[in-house]
Amino acid sequence: MTSIRGKVHKFESSNIDTDVIVPGQYLKIHDPKELAKHAMEGIDPEFPKKVSAGDFMVCGNNFGCGSSREHAPIALSTVGIKAILAPSFARIFYRNAIDGGYLLPIEIEPETLSKIRDKDVLEINLSQNKIMNITNNESYKMVPFPDLVSQIVEAGGLIYYRDGKKR
Amino acid sequence: MTVTEKILARASGKDRVQPGEVGFVSVDKLMMHDVSGPGVIKVLNEWEKKGKKLDHIWDPEKVWIAEDHFVPNADKVSAENIMTLSRWSKRFGVTKHFKYGLGQYGICHTLSHEEALVLPGQVYVAGDSHTNTTGALGAFAAGLGHTDIAYVLMYGEIWLKVPETLLFKITGTKPNYVMAKDIILKIIGDIGTEGANYKTMQFSGDVVERMSMDERLTLTNMTTEAGAKNGIIEPDSVTESYLRERTTAPYSKILGDSDAKFSEIFHYEIDKLEPTVAKPFSPGNTTAARELQQVEVDRVYIGSCTGAKFEDLQAAAKILKGKKVKVRTEVLPAAQSIYLKVVNQGLANIFIEAGALVGPPTCGACCGAHMGVLGEGEICVSTTNRNFPGRMGDVKSKTYLASPLVAAASALRGKITDPRDILE
Repeated sequence: MTSIRGKVHKFESSNIDTDVIVPGQYLKIHDPKELAKHAMEGIDPEFPKKVSAGDFMVCGNNFGCGSSREHAPIALSTVGIKAILAPSFARIFYRNAIDGGYLLPIEIEPETLSKIRDKDVLEINLSQNKIMNITNNESYKMVPFPDLVSQIVEAGGLIYYRDGKKR
Repeated sequence: MTVTEKILARASGKDRVQPGEVGFVSVDKLMMHDVSGPGVIKVLNEWEKKGKKLDHIWDPEKVWIAEDHFVPNADKVSAENIMTLSRWSKRFGVTKHFKYGLGQYGICHTLSHEEALVLPGQVYVAGDSHTNTTGALGAFAAGLGHTDIAYVLMYGEIWLKVPETLLFKITGTKPNYVMAKDIILKIIGDIGTEGANYKTMQFSGDVVERMSMDERLTLTNMTTEAGAKNGIIEPDSVTESYLRERTTAPYSKILGDSDAKFSEIFHYEIDKLEPTVAKPFSPGNTTAARELQQVEVDRVYIGSCTGAKFEDLQAAAKILKGKKVKVRTEVLPAAQSIYLKVVNQGLANIFIEAGALVGPPTCGACCGAHMGVLGEGEICVSTTNRNFPGRMGDVKSKTYLASPLVAAASALRGKITDPRDILE
């Protein structure tokens, strides 16, 4: 998985919290397909219908703040999101995404946010820490994962890292 | 090293750790509840299906389980989740399972201190973001998701990045109408909801030294809302006497070194701090309560791990005594032990005579689960910790976060009210 390509769903705002990603009333649900129906319901109830498998989200600062619910990355990955690009992430969302192997939280430089538009097609190259914007032919840096995180990503999740084998 | 760094050094078997270092630390205590628990169990079951041997967990003595979010069972699905937890704790021999309707139970973060389940110097992880609360006891306490909790249940360790520490020195004379809630809302308003991302928030200063444990817990509880990895207060005589009343278990206090390095030090002189409220839709959207006295409210909610400890309820009772609420008001003590005190010490009478509802311990409407969720357009003053869109119910409802004094005063007037306008 050195390179992945996907279409952008852009959410400008900062501090998109897990109460918006999966509202509290659905916390008792643990079936990923059921959770996926409510992904981003607090902002855009139509979101699940707009996503194709492999798509990306590009969002403002501190994505995934608030509750520790792993329902949030589960819902987003089940709906088809492969990576989320943001200038910063809330720590538990970041960990959940990596350790559960659900999707990639990619930290971008703050000025990159305004350069990526809704529906742009991006290609993320993890070995080069580079993001290509196929739509407008620009390229951006991604903040490299710390070594341990990179190894967990490579393995496909924390348990696979422990076992020394890939998912 | 700071107290957090010293705890993490101890837990990783090293003499020293530096902020930014990433590595595995051993865990002393773990908790999951009726929302995170079934998710954790699902992860464990999937690992078992893929060939992981799961005949035992790391250490059943170090694990405890709370039933708090959707209890008393809100519906069939909640009931099934509680049954799943009960079967699991029985299978793995976890005896510290606090079941509702069966003795002591309550909100997980309240039980952790009420029952002294976590001790100074320990590493405590739990499947809930407000795990930070327990750092008031001088422990490293941080929230994790399902996969991480499942991993700790199997191996007793977890990876962490050693956080930088922000020190908040709070000094002066605290006015009697100001509570820890006002102080922490003021701080979050200043540094923002990502002001402490990945970092530790440590509290010190003479105001904190004089604070009771219940008040200290409000400070650490809300560090989550500034993005902090953990909140912490060094253990002292207040910590010791609090724990002495609750446990005989031995512990060794860990304190920071006198030459500890902080990435930033913030000074707060609070003599003139006013009762503070966070407006919708962010805990960082703060202003003085008096600026909002025209805001009419539909509901007052006095509950949660943040705002329904015994002293929170004493504060509310001080305002409500002998008066009548003007809007729907709920009082939900955070644990059964607190509920009993509320009854024994006459607070329940005060609340009920004032017209408020007194209900069982539960996370309830704080997280939009049940027991008083808000409808479209409803406005609530709440002693809870978050006010994101939809947090307490409908996405078009509005929550104003406040201290128990402000919440109770607002209940009497039906508008956001500074407690000085009632007390003085």
